[in-house]
Amino acid sequence: MEDQGIILVSCGLFEKKLTGRVAADVSRELHYPVELKDCSLDISHFYNPGRRQYDANKLLKAISQRAPADAVKVIGMVRVDLYIPILTYIFGQAGLGGYTGVASLYRLRNEHYGLDPDYELLIDRFSKVIIHELGHTFGLIHCSNPVCVMRSSTYVEDLDQKDKQFCYRCRAELNRVSNLHN
Amino acid sequence: MPNRVSILIVDDEESVRDSLYNWFIDDGYRVECAENAKKALALLDEKEFDIVLADIKMPGMDGMEMHRRIRALPRVPIVIIMTAFAAVDTAVQALKEGAFDYVTKPFDPDDLSHLIRNAATQVALKAENENLKEHVTSLVDVEDIVGESEPLNKVLREVEKVAPSDSSVIITGESGTGKELVARAIHSNSPRKYFPLISVHCGALSESLLESELFGHEKGAFTGAAFNRKGRFEMADGGTIFLDEIGTISAKMQVELLRVLESKTFVRVGGNKEISSDFRVICATNRDLKEMVAKGTFREDLYYRLNVVNIKIPPLRERPDDIPGLVKHFIQKYCTSMSRDMISIDPAAMKHLETFEYPGNVRELENMIERAIVVGNGRVIKLKDLPMGKEVISSSIESLDDLEKKHVTKILEKYSWNISRSAKALGVDRATLYNKIKKYKLKDR
Repeated sequence: MEDQGIILVSCGLFEKKLTGRVAADVSRELHYPVELKDCSLDISHFYNPGRRQYDANKLLKAISQRAPADAVKVIGMVRVDLYIPILTYIFGQAGLGGYTGVASLYRLRNEHYGLDPDYELLIDRFSKVIIHELGHTFGLIHCSNPVCVMRSSTYVEDLDQKDKQFCYRCRAELNRVSNLHN
Repeated sequence: MPNRVSILIVDDEESVRDSLYNWFIDDGYRVECAENAKKALALLDEKEFDIVLADIKMPGMDGMEMHRRIRALPRVPIVIIMTAFAAVDTAVQALKEGAFDYVTKPFDPDDLSHLIRNAATQVALKAENENLKEHVTSLVDVEDIVGESEPLNKVLREVEKVAPSDSSVIITGESGTGKELVARAIHSNSPRKYFPLISVHCGALSESLLESELFGHEKGAFTGAAFNRKGRFEMADGGTIFLDEIGTISAKMQVELLRVLESKTFVRVGGNKEISSDFRVICATNRDLKEMVAKGTFREDLYYRLNVVNIKIPPLRERPDDIPGLVKHFIQKYCTSMSRDMISIDPAAMKHLETFEYPGNVRELENMIERAIVVGNGRVIKLKDLPMGKEVISSSIESLDDLEKKHVTKILEKYSWNISRSAKALGVDRATLYNKIKKYKLKDR
């Protein structure tokens, strides 16, 4: 069976306009068709009342178990705050060279930092997180180029410093890996 | 550098080991894990690690005891202790016994990155010391600065000279010449390269926004400020801050900036705690700051504070020898990013590019190539794929007489050689027009 392309799965309610724009960004940068899907996964199972956050590792595992086998990659999109046991929060998570990833919108909103809402910036940030996580699924590691999307971002201002694009070197590596995949 | 640094994670909790493993693998480090101190020591016997990240509380031998044994190894790695909040006293004891640092679980992602970067810098410095005799002559991270012309080589020599120091640098040059690339090259070749390069486009921000961007703000500083926010100076701690379009900042911000540059301390908007940050400053502008100082629109003291070293990037028209190399570079870049086969450029198109004036400099050339690849046939870039509008009219080599001859011919042809109407259009009398026709030997074809 032929691969469908990249699938972005909404785990929770997302505005169509937002997911549509993000899908377009992802498709433009990764050169794969992108399909948007909803999922019925009950993410309350991954809620940790002690931390008032959701366990990204467990969520990622659940997304992997439900991921269709014919997609190139699958990214779960959530609106909730994610953590992994050792870190206070994360924007997203994906296995290096893996098949699935997860990205959270929660900490990307300007309002979270006491600033005026900025819808365009929110879309931009979410696209960057998703493209970054997809980069990891294609085996890309963090990049030292300050504007490359694979640059590590530990806080939201970091995201704003980089572009949505892969740098020349990461792009070449991505093309190499994609060619192997095809 | 990171992929040469190896990390050993020692923790009895599998989820912690896995999370840390994935985090560091993504950063390009070599990572291995051990579930207890005994296995960790066995691994350390087998191979060398640069950094050991160890939990303090483990069944069997605890982290403290393991640390003591590690200190007895022939090659001692950097040890970072992980601890729960309640066990901070023990971690402090570990510091006294020589541990590099400690972190309390769960960590802030930024703290963890910072801590590991510090440790990795230490590792790198150690390695550099060991290899002191190996003289490094080549600059790194300058792939995007393309060209071999003398004016560009002069810039690169200046970058090489200034990079290792902590001096402030002003990069001047017309728009599109690559000031940010030069700033990046300076940072990447400086001892601060393992820390962030933070860019601020001063011209794009209003005064109040710039203040909040640069200094950050405290929770409650203004309506809606529900969380603390780091400013760019704080983010640049250990690294470099790049202030683009410095000539656009207001008089008030000039005063604030001067104060921060002199003290390297600042207070977040709405805060009262003084924060210090160790950063290097690189500025860029396409304005003449010296002239602005003379006119009183830019503070003289700030100008001298920033202008320790001035690197002037020549416009593209002053280094035409670099155009073929740049064209090749951009073709390669965009064919790769658009996942297309490499394409060539035909000689007429290249000649056109070599004689173009480029008011937008390298950025304009880059846009032209990108556009040509998009609109072209996918095999060869032809003249028709390039914008012709702003072509150089060879103004620098044409004389006034040449221009006059062309213009008079154009008008005569427009009015089908009707002398009266042509003379009127040119604003001269008929006799003068006859003289011009005679002078330039013009003929009705």
